[in-house]
Amino acid sequence: MANPKTLPGANGKRHLFGRLFIWTLLLAAAVLYLGPIYVVLSTSLKDLAEIRAGALLDLPHELNFTAWREAWSSACIGVRCEGLRPYFLNSVIMSVPSVAISTLIGALSGYALSLFRFRGANIIFALMLFGCFIPFQIVILPMAQTLGYLGIANSITGLIVVHTIYGISFTTLFFRNYYVSVPQELVRAATMDGAGFFRIFWHIMLPLSVPIIVVSVIWQFTQVWNEFLFGASFTSGGAQPVTVALNNLINSTTSVKQYNVDMAAALIAAAPTLVVYIIAGRFFVRGLTAGAVKG
Amino acid sequence: MSNPQQRKQMSVLDRLQRFLPQLVVAPPFLLIVFFVYGFIAWTGFISLTNSRMLPTFDFQGVQQYVRLLAMDRWNVAFHNLLIFGSLYILFAITIGCVLAVLLDQRIRAEGALRTIYLYPMAISFIVTGTAWKWILNPSLGIESYMQQLGWESFQFDWIVNRDMAIYVVVIAAVWQASGFVMALFLSALRTVDEDIIRAAHLDGASTTRIYFGIILPSLRPVFLSAFVILAHLSIKSFDLVVALTNGGPGYSSTLPANFMYEMAFRRNQIGLGAASAMMMLATVAAIIVPYLYSELRAKRHG
Repeated sequence: MANPKTLPGANGKRHLFGRLFIWTLLLAAAVLYLGPIYVVLSTSLKDLAEIRAGALLDLPHELNFTAWREAWSSACIGVRCEGLRPYFLNSVIMSVPSVAISTLIGALSGYALSLFRFRGANIIFALMLFGCFIPFQIVILPMAQTLGYLGIANSITGLIVVHTIYGISFTTLFFRNYYVSVPQELVRAATMDGAGFFRIFWHIMLPLSVPIIVVSVIWQFTQVWNEFLFGASFTSGGAQPVTVALNNLINSTTSVKQYNVDMAAALIAAAPTLVVYIIAGRFFVRGLTAGAVKG
Repeated sequence: MSNPQQRKQMSVLDRLQRFLPQLVVAPPFLLIVFFVYGFIAWTGFISLTNSRMLPTFDFQGVQQYVRLLAMDRWNVAFHNLLIFGSLYILFAITIGCVLAVLLDQRIRAEGALRTIYLYPMAISFIVTGTAWKWILNPSLGIESYMQQLGWESFQFDWIVNRDMAIYVVVIAAVWQASGFVMALFLSALRTVDEDIIRAAHLDGASTTRIYFGIILPSLRPVFLSAFVILAHLSIKSFDLVVALTNGGPGYSSTLPANFMYEMAFRRNQIGLGAASAMMMLATVAAIIVPYLYSELRAKRHG
């Protein structure tokens, strides 16, 4: 934006008040955004007696990691009392292949759609793009049947297939919009030199694509890890992903409510995507805004 | 240069080479055709049958839709969607836009603040719902905390209040999405032409007037994008309600997505579930199709 030196009231009292006002609002907002995670974290470190005393916003008297241990390895979810760990591993096993495969497919189809503008490429792209926006309620009934036919109902394999298929729309969008800005002359020149479709992709495009690969991987990982509807619809018991297990833990009514264990479990379920976000936030934002802002 | 036979071979390879892009796009495209459009057709067909526990092919016209529109549970869910959708869009855009403008004032800690505002978008709705459910529970949450501090009459029991539970969903959803809107606006603010702003300053316009008169109006496409994205997210909202209120008290805070799940997986009403899914799709399509059409057209001509 404009240089502040040229703004009216850039010096003097009015300016100071203005800055104070801006900072107050920004910090108040920061407190509101951080509040929930603070409450969840501090609750997870308290013991039940302290929680029942009701001082929600107070810091824990002492750091007590019992609830974390219980949430990870011994809390009862359904009939199994093994904590979140098996479901956490399910989510890992589910995310890795579906992220990798959908990103690879998206890279290839985005490449083909952007740099080889064959007839119908735009319509094909538009039809694929619509898949990003459909409410998945529209596909869960036939998908449940299809997974049954394929013999992969109630399995992690089934979820991998589902996430891969419905990830393609997004990954194609990312790569297509990225490659659109690559000059077509580059491809033409490489073709003149005798390079074929896959050679150009492998030797020219992929080395250029590192940022968008990161964007796609982060986006897909966040989506797949956090997904709930497919997991809840297509799996039960031991095949559930971590989001479904967490929800079952929180909403179980069988035993005494252990709020500290609930909160520790929520943080464990949120940890992988939070870590990715903190490490690579820039790419996360690019994934979010891709396709939303013109140009 | 080369004999005719060689040339012919070349041209076969050439032709294959020329069709490679189509061949590469075909499998993913066919997957989408089958698993998106084919499945939509399947669900659409089932919504016209009297399927209950298993899909049947007993065609009975729009009977399920008639039933659907007469059900109080559905009407509550759809009414909730209107309340939730409009407040969610309004507050997320307002808060996101204000934060972006404030952050655009050369704030030194911008990076850190941006990270703080946006992190909720990285966590799942189930976690968000869990956190807010705990904070807002009347017996041990923020209500009792305030009362302990001495504000005896403090009341915030929306989460267990039939008339207010849907607004709790709005609060949690806005908390999660407003940072995303902030990021959208901030990246657009960075592309505003500085010269125009400088010129306006020279004309004596105040910062406020410049924002309201020049900058914000120029961000119209961003408002539109944010609206479209939030609108379709609100129609798809499912997990947050499940984790936060589980649709309750009663079914007072259900959304159409929860209704669909309930009918399809809990009550053996597949036909009715399919009809409600079609209604959701129609709502999304009414927003998305014109948007995609104008976006893609503009890009082709621009």
